[in-house]
Amino acid sequence: MKRFLPVIIFLLLAGLLAVGLTLDPKKVPSPLIGKAAPAFELPLLKQPENKIDSKTFKGKVSLLNVWATWCVSCRAEHQVLTAIANTGKVDIYGLNYKDEREAAKKWLQIYGDPYVVSAFDADGRVGINWGVYGTPETFVIDQQGIIRHKVIGPVTTEIWQEELLPLITELEQQG
Amino acid sequence: MRQSLIIAFIVFSLFTCQQAIAGFDNFDFSGDVTEKRFQNLVSKLRCLVCQNESLAGSQAELAKDLRREVYDLMKSGKSDSEVIDFLVDRYGDFVLYQPPVRPSTWLLWIGPFALFVITAVMLIRKLSRRSKMQEVTLSDSEKARIQQLLHQDSPKDNRE
Repeated sequence: MKRFLPVIIFLLLAGLLAVGLTLDPKKVPSPLIGKAAPAFELPLLKQPENKIDSKTFKGKVSLLNVWATWCVSCRAEHQVLTAIANTGKVDIYGLNYKDEREAAKKWLQIYGDPYVVSAFDADGRVGINWGVYGTPETFVIDQQGIIRHKVIGPVTTEIWQEELLPLITELEQQG
Repeated sequence: MRQSLIIAFIVFSLFTCQQAIAGFDNFDFSGDVTEKRFQNLVSKLRCLVCQNESLAGSQAELAKDLRREVYDLMKSGKSDSEVIDFLVDRYGDFVLYQPPVRPSTWLLWIGPFALFVITAVMLIRKLSRRSKMQEVTLSDSEKARIQQLLHQDSPKDNRE
């Protein structure tokens, strides 16, 4: 037993470090999960005279996607979001984060608009309240307006199939 | 000479750059909100985009926004711990360079000391066992045998 102690210690340490290697330090778990969506009121991107607030999310499962025209991976994600929107399984809301209104409107014109509506967060204050630290980020919000999940980085087809869709289905069944 | 100048320059910039960078924001410090208090606070907070930099030292957009947020909160009369709570509520413990002490972080806080104590105990036990090993008492016959071996004339060993 004693003879194997160094080997055991080595294996434990190697195991610990191996687990560490699989974690992505860029993905910081959000403390907002399980809590009510932070209250906000913002003008819409396309109709600045109209507002959107956190009550919008009540009564159905929805996604809130934080995006910007300056965000490169948002463009890659855009196709996936469009495909998700086309399935009609969930409403996607946009939070246009620290962007230029005209540029953002043009972007949606060129690449298509998967969002029910996009909120326009020019100075990023609402983003801070939502704990946004990079774009894209996608929140899953349940019928009661509680944040259930957060995807950091672009939503891919795999993430949609394996994480989001099962969660949305489950949340809808719970009603 | 040149080398020591370069080293002096590097050391100097290490001490000054953080101050200089956060100074870009042009905040108006007055009353309770002193620059010292602000600097002290933002240097305790981590920039989430460039994770090895504090809010004080980072030029990332988010760090600028969060510095402004910290400044505004301080201006509105919030205490340092209220400002920290505001950020922890939104970004989690990760924004703190010094993680809070709670059951999930006990290993982090106590781990290194525990490891040190365990290793020290193991080392002391090992060393004391080794010194015990040297205190071997020899029987008379063994002593005689040693004497015999030592005084055996071996021409090869007597080259000195």
